[in-house]
Amino acid sequence: MAASAQRARPAWIGLWPILPALLFLGFLFLYPVAQLLWLSALDKASGDLTSAHYVRLFASPLYVKVLRITFEIAGWTTVFVILGAYPVAYYLATSSERRRNALMLWVLLPFWTSFLVRTFAWIVLLGRNGAINKWLQALGITGEPLDLIYNFTGVMIGMTHALMPLAVMTMVSVMENIDANLPRAASTLGARGGQAFWRIYFPLSLPGVAAAGLLVFITALGFFITPALLGGRLETMITQVIITQIQTMMNWAFGGAVSMLLLVAALIVFYLYDRALGMSTLAGSAAASQGEGRPNPVARLGAWAGGHVLDLLGRICDTVAGAWERVFPARPDRPRADRSRMVLTAVVALVIFFLAAPTFFIVPVSFTTDAFIEWPPKFFTLRWYQAYLDSPTWMSATVRSLMVATVAAFLAMLVGAPAAFILARRSMAGKTAAMALILSPLIIPRIIIAIALFYFYARLGLVGSSLGLVLGHAVIAVPYVVVTVMAVLKTYDERLDQAAGSLGANRVQTLWHITIPLIRTGLIAAFLFAFITSFDELTIALFVSGGLATTLPKQMWDDSLLKVNPTLAAVSTMLLVFVTALILSAEYLRRRAAAR
Amino acid sequence: MTPNATAKLIVKDLRKTYGPVVALTDASIEVREGEFLTLLGPSGSGKTTMLMVIAGLVQPDSGEVWIDGKLATYAPSFKRDLGMVFQNYALFPHMTVAENIAFPLRMRRLGQADIAREVKRVLDIVRLPHVADRLPRALSGGQQQRIALARCIVYGPSIILMDEPLGALDKKLRDEMQLEIKRLHTELGITVLYVTHDQEEAMVMSDRICLMNDARIEQLGTPADLYFRPRTLFAAGFLGESNILDATVTAVENGRAVLRLAVGDDALVRAVARDGVKPGQSVKLMVRPECLTVLGQGERAENEIQAGLKDVIMVGGITKHYARLPDGKEVVAANLTRGPVAQAAAGEALRLGWSADSSVLLV
Repeated sequence: MAASAQRARPAWIGLWPILPALLFLGFLFLYPVAQLLWLSALDKASGDLTSAHYVRLFASPLYVKVLRITFEIAGWTTVFVILGAYPVAYYLATSSERRRNALMLWVLLPFWTSFLVRTFAWIVLLGRNGAINKWLQALGITGEPLDLIYNFTGVMIGMTHALMPLAVMTMVSVMENIDANLPRAASTLGARGGQAFWRIYFPLSLPGVAAAGLLVFITALGFFITPALLGGRLETMITQVIITQIQTMMNWAFGGAVSMLLLVAALIVFYLYDRALGMSTLAGSAAASQGEGRPNPVARLGAWAGGHVLDLLGRICDTVAGAWERVFPARPDRPRADRSRMVLTAVVALVIFFLAAPTFFIVPVSFTTDAFIEWPPKFFTLRWYQAYLDSPTWMSATVRSLMVATVAAFLAMLVGAPAAFILARRSMAGKTAAMALILSPLIIPRIIIAIALFYFYARLGLVGSSLGLVLGHAVIAVPYVVVTVMAVLKTYDERLDQAAGSLGANRVQTLWHITIPLIRTGLIAAFLFAFITSFDELTIALFVSGGLATTLPKQMWDDSLLKVNPTLAAVSTMLLVFVTALILSAEYLRRRAAAR
Repeated sequence: MTPNATAKLIVKDLRKTYGPVVALTDASIEVREGEFLTLLGPSGSGKTTMLMVIAGLVQPDSGEVWIDGKLATYAPSFKRDLGMVFQNYALFPHMTVAENIAFPLRMRRLGQADIAREVKRVLDIVRLPHVADRLPRALSGGQQQRIALARCIVYGPSIILMDEPLGALDKKLRDEMQLEIKRLHTELGITVLYVTHDQEEAMVMSDRICLMNDARIEQLGTPADLYFRPRTLFAAGFLGESNILDATVTAVENGRAVLRLAVGDDALVRAVARDGVKPGQSVKLMVRPECLTVLGQGERAENEIQAGLKDVIMVGGITKHYARLPDGKEVVAANLTRGPVAQAAAGEALRLGWSADSSVLLV
């Protein structure tokens, strides 16, 4: 007895809560993906190793071209997203907490609104008979309707809109950690606004820009909804090719080879990013410069050149400001109006309008008496809602989506939350690797997970089953849960648990009476994230449902491929209301918890 | 209209509100060239607001700020030519120490050679010549503090503002840095406006202290003024320990006020009069513990009062007698410990005495 009380338990025994997450992802994510990639190197008939699929891939100018287009679209999307998101993130990070939370809601709302719904909204706005063309003609700005859709412009607008919230959130998390005293210090030291921004604030915010750029680029690489619905033939992206190869041609090995190409492209981008900036910047940790001095001559040269570019930018800004001042001299006895802030506010208002407003155009269209989507809608009928409610297909899809999302969210919580505890609080060997595995479903293009699961399920007989959907959705929801719960635990004072322990509570009692009540809102938020992730998920559903057990997004997608019709607008409106209600209640819970 | 030219900084009738909250009002001070003036007060007293307004980082609702004879009330901070040391130092984390110090010179378009020379010069002044190529995070708190100072003095601003610069340091380092800042102040002849909530720090460092409370200036004067001639209850209580007695003025003669204490045997006591006190007025009488003495047999003092001993505590060189007055109020006398004397017992009656000069009237 005495001996066993004195012997310390091996450290790894305490790490068991992370095991379910690792096993779950290992079995349902790592293994299927590895198998898919293996398959791409096998000959279908003989089962021997072959490079035939890859040779075919690179021999055909078509696929090389698709790959080039994919990179171009992803690259331009990243540029536009960063340009639009930076001012918003800057404004949010430098505003009072109250205003930040209020505005963040308008950024989050589109983030959680289905890609499909948002894409439909753009069809309403950009189409030849869409709202924007009608307005331009009514105002006499253009005679002919402009081609805003089914081309590069349409894809850019749709993808920029789709990915900007992600960039804003990533950048805000870095910018929030920039000490507000630094620009002030620069100002007291004699720097005008331009120099203070470009030499001090901007370099410190670069890790956020890089992280946002990376996430946007990688996510954009795997897009197919927006290019399929808003693009033309010239905007075919690689994911669309994969879907065609597998769904229409049933060519598994070749589809696998194309997926491999996508995966390798993503990994190369990650590798370059890691070499340049380090992965840790992804998690929002501060400035990039490491340790003492600067490491190598190349970086030194880069820093030197960068410094001069920033100096130049600062001088340009200050010259403009100086010229303005000569025309309208500032008086030391009159309050200053902060003109740059006013310009910024105007820009931010425009971008947030661009983010939040379009989605609502779907609402009036759902009441149109026309049989197709046109602007302005002719009011008023509820028959599209009636059609939705009367359709057994739509109803069963809705019920299945709700059910799958609920179960998948619970499963993701069960697997992810304990892992988050370990990752947030314990040191362990291979923590980085464990974190990488847990986050990788977020980072690997989702289409790869979807195909891998499809192939894996095909042999287990899980295709078309709700269980298969639940497991698949849980795979992509786990990272959200882990990240959210870790963020909550970061602000949790662990001494409270130690205090409970010293007062005689055992681990379970401490968890139940102290920890969980205190982080409850964080857990609810994590659950909601997981729920919405699954509820809105299309890619995995597209493959795993096998055309039988369809979910709501899958049904919407199938319908939209035939014709974007007012029923879709009605379904989208209901989705919009539902998700908005969820977000608002999560926000309400958060505020109530914060007020306490 | 241009006020007194020898004043480096003049603040007139500043007022700043945030919605319904008044952060600063009726604030007027003058800082003379080479002076070390401290804004002292509890948090929320308006001292940081005043500093921010002077730095140009917050715009006041009304009032004026004159720096070096120039009106600067609403001038942007980069045009004010002042230096500011922030509580968390605000060193730029992505620049080396040398780059940090060079920053204000670069903003002033100095040549490379001049910059290098100046950086070296101030690093020598703060005695850290070897850290030029390090990043700020590789320095200790005290070193970062010195670099923040160096970054300020390198361009010779007309006045240096310091916002609780020692707040993040531990006690020992704080004492060391107090002396270091004092040394720089005297050696370089710089003008400093300093903010702190630590009364001891303010006493150690300042030529004058501006005591602030509740968004207003409570009292402005030398440390000795504030300590021995506080004008309000708040001032008396914020700096050091104090004994407060209620009294009524019976007469005013030759600069002395004659008072009847509210407690005790109707004894009359004398105190330094202050302007405007009239017979019949009720006032507070403040005596510092070290000015109260326990009177022995046959000893007399200008003012005396009877009390019952409650407790005696020896704190090294100082012995404190805690006594209770007949109305239950407690007073404390703190005197130098004079050898191991027989302890007086609790409840024992004793007489406390003090001089009229050490009695201060508060209104």
